[in-house]
Amino acid sequence: MFTKYQLSAVAVASAAVLATLPGTSAAQQSLTVTSWGGAYTVSQVESMHKPFAALKKINVVSQDYNGDLAEIAAQVKTGNVKWDLVDVEPAEAMKGCEEGLFEKIDASKLPPGADGTPASKDFGPGLVLPCAVANITYANVVAYDKAKLGANGPKTLEDFFNLTKFPGKRGMRSNPSVNMEWALLADGVPVADVYKVLATPAGVDRAFKKLDTIKSSIVWWKAGAQPPQLLASGEVVMTSVYHGRIVDANQKDKKDFALVWDGQIQVPDMWAIVKGGKNVELAQEFVRFSTSTQPLADQSKYIPYAPARTSSVAKIPASNPNKAWLPNAGHAGRSMLTDAKFWTDNGDDLNKRFSAWMAK
Amino acid sequence: MQLPPYTTPLQRAGHWALWLGCAAILVYLIAPVLVVVPLAFNNEPYFNFPVRQYSLRWFRELFGNPVWMAAIRNSLLTATLATLIATLLGTLAAVGLNHRNLPGKRLIMALLVSPMIVPVVVLAVGAYFFFSRLGIANNLLGIVMVHAVLGVPFVVITVSATLAGFDLGLLRAARGLGASPLTAFRRVMLPIVWPGVLSGALFAFATSFDEVVVVLFLGGPGQTTLPRQMWTGLREQLSPTILAAAFVLIIFAIIMLLVLEMLRRRSAALRGLAE
Amino acid sequence: MDKGEQTDLIRRLRQAEWRGRVRAYALIAPLFVFVALSFLLPLGSVLLNSVYDPVVPDGLPRTLKALADWNGPREQVPPEPVFAALAQDLKEAARAEKSGPIGGRLNIEETGLRSVFMRAARRVSAQEQGPWTPFFEAADPAWTKPAIWGTIRNLSSAEHSLFFLSAIDMKRQSDGQVVLQSDEQRIHVAIYLRTLGVALTVTLACLTLGFPMAYLLAHLKDKTANMLLILVLLPFWTSLLVRTTAWVVVLQKEGVVNSLLQSLGIIAEPLPLIFNRFGVVVAMTHILLPFTILPLYSVMRQIPPSYVRAARSLGASPGLAFWRVYLPQCVPGLSAGALLVFILSLGYYITPALVGGATDQLISHFVADNIGRSLNWGLASALSSILLAAVLILYWAYDRVAGVGNARLG
Repeated sequence: MFTKYQLSAVAVASAAVLATLPGTSAAQQSLTVTSWGGAYTVSQVESMHKPFAALKKINVVSQDYNGDLAEIAAQVKTGNVKWDLVDVEPAEAMKGCEEGLFEKIDASKLPPGADGTPASKDFGPGLVLPCAVANITYANVVAYDKAKLGANGPKTLEDFFNLTKFPGKRGMRSNPSVNMEWALLADGVPVADVYKVLATPAGVDRAFKKLDTIKSSIVWWKAGAQPPQLLASGEVVMTSVYHGRIVDANQKDKKDFALVWDGQIQVPDMWAIVKGGKNVELAQEFVRFSTSTQPLADQSKYIPYAPARTSSVAKIPASNPNKAWLPNAGHAGRSMLTDAKFWTDNGDDLNKRFSAWMAK
Repeated sequence: MQLPPYTTPLQRAGHWALWLGCAAILVYLIAPVLVVVPLAFNNEPYFNFPVRQYSLRWFRELFGNPVWMAAIRNSLLTATLATLIATLLGTLAAVGLNHRNLPGKRLIMALLVSPMIVPVVVLAVGAYFFFSRLGIANNLLGIVMVHAVLGVPFVVITVSATLAGFDLGLLRAARGLGASPLTAFRRVMLPIVWPGVLSGALFAFATSFDEVVVVLFLGGPGQTTLPRQMWTGLREQLSPTILAAAFVLIIFAIIMLLVLEMLRRRSAALRGLAE
Repeated sequence: MDKGEQTDLIRRLRQAEWRGRVRAYALIAPLFVFVALSFLLPLGSVLLNSVYDPVVPDGLPRTLKALADWNGPREQVPPEPVFAALAQDLKEAARAEKSGPIGGRLNIEETGLRSVFMRAARRVSAQEQGPWTPFFEAADPAWTKPAIWGTIRNLSSAEHSLFFLSAIDMKRQSDGQVVLQSDEQRIHVAIYLRTLGVALTVTLACLTLGFPMAYLLAHLKDKTANMLLILVLLPFWTSLLVRTTAWVVVLQKEGVVNSLLQSLGIIAEPLPLIFNRFGVVVAMTHILLPFTILPLYSVMRQIPPSYVRAARSLGASPGLAFWRVYLPQCVPGLSAGALLVFILSLGYYITPALVGGATDQLISHFVADNIGRSLNWGLASALSSILLAAVLILYWAYDRVAGVGNARLG
């Protein structure tokens, strides 16, 4: 057993196997872009990653995450920055900037729009922050399966909390953001006062009480791709969702999902560059490239999210079926924009209380 | 199990109840694993029965997608390296532990087997803290080291079990005939215990190949393994490609089991035990 | 043999023994070093991080020194020199972009402190010189109350037990007293009880199902037993994720079990079999069952059938013979299997995470959550340390009962 020949045969075989593995020694430079996965990442890959990779002759790698700043903080804290760019929401962008997690982005270097408008005017208000530049705005809405509920589906946000009229499970994101605002809206707080009320301890209690009324019927989701899957499998009768994922399911998987626009909470998505990464300069170039007019306009081909630049909106052709699904395309019902400053200041506390409440 | 002629009807009933119960338990054990098989060939991208159309769509996705292929390659590489380390060090240690009345043997044995008992999350978290300070947290090296540690108990247990049945007189005879300890080990002990060593190596390989918690904490985008990709698939992307991957892993498990069984028989034969 | 030769022989024997032992230790040494490096030191890091917390001592050194110099009672607000020291520390922290982590650390102790701290940190660069007390008062009235200073004093030492207190649902208030956490934050003790409960349930289920299976295997002919054993071990060797996926597929609302029951007309509406405690117990039992079957089987194989036959021939009914003669001999296998399953289910992470609902998560989930979501490494370490201690105690018990060296893997 184990003659010299056999041992050397094993050695040669394993060397051959290991040699064929195209290991981690990349010939090309690699940029790691982390985003929310699923159809959203696909839209970014098609409109931003691929053109940039071709332009710069590099490799752009996609990673998925679910919005937790903690993972980025852990990378920066331990000095192991794995992600070059991250797609974050404004509250996380602000908080990350304060905590020294993101590189500063020089807004003066952002290119003007294709129609000549300078970047400072082309981007909507609050869409360019010291450490982040917005790419799109999406809406958090309630979705249901029209094939199952037909014309008797929910019409308002209150229907989401109405277990008698619409029995069955509801899907909700395992994060206080959006859920707290919806609880107050459904409890009768007008749109303009939501954050004022939520800033008080009594307001927070009120929101949790409203959520308690449906708690036992909630199925928690974490990733953007989960709500359409929950609807398709019948696990829930309605769910909160990033609205573009539903449109994608309708188009790609021939589903007949419908949205409740009442109570929509619009949230911008922004690019941020992780501090201490290996490709900061390249990442800065990527931000400038991907938030220029054409890539943003192209992105709406793949997902119905509103571009951050006004010049891009003009570039979306009327033939684009997604135009009707943009958050600001004149839908009925209440709509509001998320308050990034509120969530930056109070996110930690509400997160802690929400986690404990969820686990009880 | 032949029932003796003096069994009462109640005993017969009890006997059949036992068989029925065990059949049910076997169904409980096997059925979930088998259920995955037809779904891996389902043409529709959902996890539900009935399967209306069969296709190899997800296998094409699995073997054609560079992300999945990279995951498979990483898994193979990590598992191979971890197994080599665990088997080499573990076999040596098992031979050392086989020494009669070694002081502290019980303690050492308990320590070497403890990675199997300690919750993986705790070890993964600790490795994350510790290796970050050393600068190798985002590296295949860190994962390989922890996987090797997780495989060591299996190697030590199997090799110790094999050595327990090994006749030390053979070694003494070899030494008496003039062989050095190393020669005696290589030419007398190893040829008899190699099935046990190989079994231990297989256990260690399977452990590393299947491990996901350590990779979750210690792995970056370049170190995604197959289970890590499946975890993402189960929690986030929900692509049925994971069912294709699951099918591949089931085939792998069957092959492993058959090889282990062959090794067990070989080992028993080599040590002169009756089958 | 005369006395001289005898002692010489004894000496050479002892030398040979000693050489043999050294050789044995030398063979074990490489693995020992490797395990120390890759296992013991990481675990040590966890234990260390559960008590070592230098964020505030490193971030607010001047403030802490000033507080120590003043050394006033906790009910009082500190004087101007302390505020001045704090302002210097804040300027330094803003320069190093470390104000966020400090604020975050304070916030872990008392909610709301982050915004108080950050508001002052954002403004501090605007003012060059004192007086600082009015500056902080203007930034936020909380600075002129003793509460925030009490919290800072609680964190003044780099080694403290605050994480362990939090892990048992207690906290140290700003006045220095140790009390129970507020109702919304009191989850950890409940989680320990839940983990113990699930582990106990799974252990009982495994014993109940494993015993008849092992009994059957032990009483079959070896060849048949080996073949059935392969069937038992097949799921054991299938990837954990594959098995968990399989359970999701089988138990989900439109899954195999529900479709079967509905088509047979037994139920009208699908049953909720997954993402709840039932699913977790079923999946975990499925995965841990081989760990009871194997030790029970190996023990039962050794039991000579003659004992039961002797009992029967002495007049015992089959039931009595089983209860008084057979079962006691199975106890080593039962206890080994039970302990092993119990220990393993305590630390389970993957299966409850994928198959359970939000209210079914076990303690390992909270460890991972505190690392990944809340970035509270200290609390995660404290929870891990408690879990580790529990596991080690049970492991010691397992070693006494079954002997770790006697474990067999089929």
